[in-house]
Amino acid sequence: MSSIPLTHILFVSTALFFIGVYGLFTRRNLITMLMAIELMLNSVNINFVAFNKYLYPHTLNGVFFSLFIITVAAAEAAVAIAIIINLYRNHRSIDVEDAQEMKY
Amino acid sequence: MDISQVLFYALSAMALGSAIMVVISRNPVHSVLWLIITFFAISGHYILMNAQFLGIVNLIVYAGAIMVLFLFVIMLMNLNAETEPQKNKWLKLAGVVAGGCLLLVLVAALKQAEVKGKVAMLETGDIGLIRNLGKALFTDFVVPFEISSILFLSAMVGAVVIGKK
Repeated sequence: MSSIPLTHILFVSTALFFIGVYGLFTRRNLITMLMAIELMLNSVNINFVAFNKYLYPHTLNGVFFSLFIITVAAAEAAVAIAIIINLYRNHRSIDVEDAQEMKY
Repeated sequence: MDISQVLFYALSAMALGSAIMVVISRNPVHSVLWLIITFFAISGHYILMNAQFLGIVNLIVYAGAIMVLFLFVIMLMNLNAETEPQKNKWLKLAGVVAGGCLLLVLVAALKQAEVKGKVAMLETGDIGLIRNLGKALFTDFVVPFEISSILFLSAMVGAVVIGKK
């Protein structure tokens, strides 16, 4: 029998989430900001799976929540990359501070 | 200190280290490669927590599909360390302070949480296998499953419409 306390898993996912928050605050490049968001979504997934495993081990709700988060993240990445490519076509840059006007 | 504990702490160190490299590396291509390593570590966590199918899906969808898309776009735009916007030193400090304060609050709250003594056996149980997941997905979760297919259709149409022009 092996045991890892639930709080250790929660510490790992919290640290991952705030590394993602730091990346979102400091990067000015749209693609790396999107990568920071993916990092945050993944840390939330770890939380869901850990709570499902430790608190309600006979149900599957947490696993399905993570599965649907992955689904939504895939759709979000596709649309976001389309928007980024469109922005790059118009401004020749994906720095968020260069995109000062969205309508022209 | 048995094998799954060693694996858990090694995977945690790998995930945190490569996540830090994602946000601090200058070259966006290096960021994507470090993010792929982070996703491998997170998949290891899922497999350790008896969510085997979720671990494989995470690898296929994230490391396989989304990261290839990111890498493709980065190479299409020819981004590298020189084109990366210069970050203000104060902005970095503000990011560290803001993220660190929230992290401290959450960690302090977790230390007080009631779930402290909860431990689970990690090797036992096959509830995360694809057989059980498939049964539940097509009975209890069939409505969100269909809604996610509509979401994918609309995302595909939206991406094509935005990308056209």
